[in-house]
Amino acid sequence: MSVASRVDSDGQLARLLQIGIVLEEVVEARAYEHYQRLPDDERDVRIEELLQEAREESADHRERLEAIVDRLDEDEDAAVDIAPLVREQYARTGPEDFDGILYDQLNGEETAYKFYDDLIEAIERSETSFSIDRESLLSTLRDIRETEAEGVEAVAELMESRT
Amino acid sequence: MNTADQYLKAVFLVQQIEDGPASTGALADRLGVSPASANEMVGKLAEKDLLVHEKYKGATLTDAGEERARDALATYCVLERFLANVLDVEDYRGEAGQLEAVIDETVADRLDMIIDREPDCPDCFDAEADACSHLVEQLGEVGAGD
Repeated sequence: MSVASRVDSDGQLARLLQIGIVLEEVVEARAYEHYQRLPDDERDVRIEELLQEAREESADHRERLEAIVDRLDEDEDAAVDIAPLVREQYARTGPEDFDGILYDQLNGEETAYKFYDDLIEAIERSETSFSIDRESLLSTLRDIRETEAEGVEAVAELMESRT
Repeated sequence: MNTADQYLKAVFLVQQIEDGPASTGALADRLGVSPASANEMVGKLAEKDLLVHEKYKGATLTDAGEERARDALATYCVLERFLANVLDVEDYRGEAGQLEAVIDETVADRLDMIIDREPDCPDCFDAEADACSHLVEQLGEVGAGD
């Protein structure tokens, strides 16, 4: 138990990165489901592009996080296939229209941003020596956080253009 | 989850275990902090009317404090279930305790999209076992308090 918001070991860092990988997979898988199930009369080139970019961006983030976990001195297998779980839940709770899809996408990007922001702060607060270079780790995470912020902005702009 | 919410959750659980006010010592033990730190935080939470602190007896949550504690417990429950069911972490209790300070409620809500929580969450949480009772049952474990 630790009440302090900081990362104290390679193992803890690996687990948090694994959570990041899952968050990216959720965005990736839900964007795919959105794309597949978008009703014909709601199809729009802008949302199709946005979902496609979201999937590509999440896949890129996931691969970068997996590469960091692989470099850490841990036995954990970074990759977790959660697509079937996402599909199962999506069938029950997935949004059914354009606005619902955009809102869900916005929520996914905002959550990822918050996660990376908290993680960066927790690493900065820690005095632990990780088995990988701290500055390179922080630089990668800050870069990913930045693209999440851009993703939030892109969805918000599209939402605004529809009001 | 911020420090205040971790304390409120701990008071909620210790109250259940002790069937009465949560003593500062029990809170300190549960949170792995010094009794002086626990005492100081209990004072701050009392000032915000989230709990009532009686000297020599302990802390009791107010309605507002209990509401926040239950939300924090639900977030914690998501984390335990996620670690145990999605990532197959054996020591899911220990890891959830280490990670909860870094995991925000919004992140837990997103993780909740891929786990099957029971509708009675967080009432399902077994304070003695320090885990969701459904999870303990599902994994065929014996609770810490058994």
